[in-house]
Amino acid sequence: MSATFQLDGEDIPFTPGQTIMQAAKAAGVYIPHLCWHPDFPAHGSCKLCTVKLIDAHGGRFGSSCTMEAQAGMSIENRTAELDDKRRTLLQMFFVEGNHFCPSCEKSGNCVLQATAYELKMMSPHFDMFYPDRPVDASHPDVLLDFNRCIMCSLCVTASRDVDRKNVFAMGGRGILGRKIHINSESGRLADTDFAVTDRAANICPVGVILTKRKGFAVPIGERRYDKAPISEQVKEPTA
Amino acid sequence: MLHCESSNQIKQELNIMSDHDIIDQVLARHGHDGSRLMQILRETQEQLSWLAPATLTHIADGIGWPRAQVSGTAAFYSFFHTRQRGKYCVLWSDNITDRMLGNAELMDAMCKKLWLEPGRVSEDGLVSVNTTSCTGMCDQGPALLVNYRAIPRMTQARLGEMVGLIREQKPVAEWPAEWFEVEDNIRRKDILLGHGLKKGQALKAALERGPQAMLEEIKAGKLRGRGGAGFGTGLKWEACRNASGHGPNPAHYVVCNADEGEPGTFKDRVLLTSYADLVFEGMSIAAYVVGARKGLLYLRGEYRYLLEPLESALAARRSAGLLGANILGQGFDFDIEIHLGAGAYVCGEESALIESLEGKPGRPRIRPPFPVTRGYLDQPTTVNNVETLAASCLIAAHGGAWYAGHGTEKSAGSKILSVSGDCERPGIYEYAYGTTVRQVLEDCGATDTQAVQISGPSGICVGADEFGRRIAFEDLPTAGAFMVFDETRDMFEVARNFAHFFAHESCGFCTPCRVGTTLVRNTMDKISRGHGSPYDINELFKLHRVMQGASHCGLGNSACNPVFDTLNKFRPAYERRLKSLDYEPAFDLDAELSQARQMTGRDDAAAHLQTKETT
Amino acid sequence: MNAPMNAAPVATKKLKVATTSLAGCFGCHMSFLDIDERILKLLELVEFDRSPITDIKHCGPCDLGLIEGGLCNAENVHVLREFRSHCKILVAVGACAINGGLPAQRNHLDLRDILEEVYQTEAGVSHGHIPNDPELPLPLNKVHPIHEVVKVDYFLPGCPPPADAIWKLLTDLLAGRTPTLGHGLMHYD
Repeated sequence: MSATFQLDGEDIPFTPGQTIMQAAKAAGVYIPHLCWHPDFPAHGSCKLCTVKLIDAHGGRFGSSCTMEAQAGMSIENRTAELDDKRRTLLQMFFVEGNHFCPSCEKSGNCVLQATAYELKMMSPHFDMFYPDRPVDASHPDVLLDFNRCIMCSLCVTASRDVDRKNVFAMGGRGILGRKIHINSESGRLADTDFAVTDRAANICPVGVILTKRKGFAVPIGERRYDKAPISEQVKEPTA
Repeated sequence: MLHCESSNQIKQELNIMSDHDIIDQVLARHGHDGSRLMQILRETQEQLSWLAPATLTHIADGIGWPRAQVSGTAAFYSFFHTRQRGKYCVLWSDNITDRMLGNAELMDAMCKKLWLEPGRVSEDGLVSVNTTSCTGMCDQGPALLVNYRAIPRMTQARLGEMVGLIREQKPVAEWPAEWFEVEDNIRRKDILLGHGLKKGQALKAALERGPQAMLEEIKAGKLRGRGGAGFGTGLKWEACRNASGHGPNPAHYVVCNADEGEPGTFKDRVLLTSYADLVFEGMSIAAYVVGARKGLLYLRGEYRYLLEPLESALAARRSAGLLGANILGQGFDFDIEIHLGAGAYVCGEESALIESLEGKPGRPRIRPPFPVTRGYLDQPTTVNNVETLAASCLIAAHGGAWYAGHGTEKSAGSKILSVSGDCERPGIYEYAYGTTVRQVLEDCGATDTQAVQISGPSGICVGADEFGRRIAFEDLPTAGAFMVFDETRDMFEVARNFAHFFAHESCGFCTPCRVGTTLVRNTMDKISRGHGSPYDINELFKLHRVMQGASHCGLGNSACNPVFDTLNKFRPAYERRLKSLDYEPAFDLDAELSQARQMTGRDDAAAHLQTKETT
Repeated sequence: MNAPMNAAPVATKKLKVATTSLAGCFGCHMSFLDIDERILKLLELVEFDRSPITDIKHCGPCDLGLIEGGLCNAENVHVLREFRSHCKILVAVGACAINGGLPAQRNHLDLRDILEEVYQTEAGVSHGHIPNDPELPLPLNKVHPIHEVVKVDYFLPGCPPPADAIWKLLTDLLAGRTPTLGHGLMHYD
């Protein structure tokens, strides 16, 4: 009998060293997340996976993707309090970028969108920022539309750790500065060694890194998250 | 363009160093070591004025890093210029205390005299004028930085002269020396500032005790971190000492956190100006305890002017046998290096500071692991505040029991406060822990005080009914800032200034802080512009709830503190600005038609929108 | 959120509903019509005030207002304010009302540059003249979703929201329930 912790009252087994997120995923329990990916070390930036660790003082919040599981822990996940926070975080994403789903090729297969459906985000709530983020269409096979970037850094990690190319880096500071830097003096993707076959080309959870001439291939109704909510696809492979 | 090949060729023919030669010299000085990128970028920029795309490529090639990582770091720090900057780059410190001393009027006057818009380089490329976060001259403001050299005490008269010198293109090095004189303003000394120790005395005492015994004294002295959080220094050193280094180059490191970025705090500046030996000695004691051979002092970029004096102090210690190999003949090897920051408040967070020391953007790390086990270059590292390290000298010299006899039960020793704002005698005040706010106000000559912001924007705002509270970890913990606001001040404007500060300084890594600080700033601006309603007050509370707890580090977690405190304690300052009970847009609707009116030349009734429509 | 609408007995009083399209394409209205024969059932429960269905030009006191489209010009603002002041419950229907949608794609451009490009630089019927007839509503500097200007009670996303989602919202509201959309009815495209 392996050790367990409680997630919303349910016993979740874990192996030593596993995070709350990893153990929950293995058990088929959904914890909302955007920047976490099972193949890579936790990034911990989106904060969608914030859970509440119940302790003697009531509880404290933490990212389940970085919090190591301990036997006997009691963790809250899908409570109204946490889902409210997550909805607000989603609204923050939707106002800081330009997320116009009707014109996005990723619509229906987008983790941001599917998570927003799951958390019943009906509106962006805040005033929109409408930032000006130029598109990079320089590469023959891949389009970069930074309007949709959620700064999860998965492309940075994949290009560094899998492709061994370091095509991307997260740089700059704050709401205006923070963005993906491309590894060329021109700043254009075409001037890097990026290839459509790179892992980094196929890791973006939203519609930033898109393969050209391949959009809108699956009809509405048959796309990944048309078929079932994201919370019911925990066991499905992640891109 | 300075950096293009032809210009390099011309320079070669004229026997002048080309940009590449200059960069190569900098790279060589730093051993082409990427972890020294911050220093490479700064030294390059000091010579070439800005970091052109080709410059960054050359540096990336030189250190063997991906170019994107180099440009990512350069773009993170406010003091690095990846676009051509003016020959004179003027940055006005924009802390609330500078505001209270009239910095906005002075900056406005400067822009008018120079025919400039804030933030834009003049057409002739001569000058740009902008604001920057608190430069740590709150007791002698309004302050500014000119080409990253600190100038306090600006006046209208000096402004006129300065504009003249800029127009004449007089090099900053030739400007009147008295402009750059920074005063200590030490008003009250206690055990630390009146330490009476001779150079080397504390270190000698520590070496005589031995590392384990020295650690025990620190623990007995109940020394706690002076950066505000108050973590036990003994515990930290012990954890670092007990952790083993790993990899091919195992080591332990001591880092002195001199990134004094919390607005209203300037006591580290004074310690580094007049007590540098005590600080270096504290670093040496820490190194002796944890087993480090190398120490790094991370000095905020705003204190660039202290670099040369600090380097001389280090050199003097080396000649005196207090630094380097075989210190005091006891077989203890230790040396210190100074790294400069480049305008990023978040680097005051210890793991962000370490990232910066390694040449990366100052993004706080995921913890655990903590720096004491995996810090600088992934090795066990103790990061301590300037004042903590200085205080450790007292324990080395006088023993833990002596030290613990000062202050209160839970807060041993003394605390240096940086007092600024509405008082007759702003400056440095050292007290035994347990002193009341009221006592400090009395001593600094503050009258009709409405509120005091303790420990800066991320700290606590206390109102008059709380002036009996005490400066101590168990009551009012503080990193040292003590900003006084009298009855004439508008506490809403104080909070709004702090909201702008946090929005500017958020590193942007985590969602709640990156977007939340901007939303708070926007909401405060909305209320300030007279578009607020109770809806917006509720929004501020809601943002506070989301940001506190969900943010990645202390910056986001505390960014709403000043708004939350003032909303609770000075709510009328908000309420009297509210426009209506009903929801109001954040923007002026009539102004939203301004561009169309301009383009069509229309000014008829239908070409306007009433702010409030009666239907 | 607003208190649910008075659950007045259907037989005695029909609820008044108004609809309009601001900076939208009427696609949401078309989707509304896709409720097909259910519109007959709806008409037993509601009476339409201002709406493209009735061609009533101004909205009177209403229980429910449905707004399609965002705010692109001065007239949009007038109409939105008219709806807000007359409707107890206001619903933002569709992507444009909720986040500006397609019209907001111009927001990263300066309006003056747009007008210059469209009417002066490019060849066209305007002969280099930016239309300035007082009858024409002036465009706003930026396109705004409606919640940035008035308080909005409910949001119904979609481009357009499917007819079943519109039906679900209406029936929930008519029954005095807080509207909810399950999987399949909630989408942003």
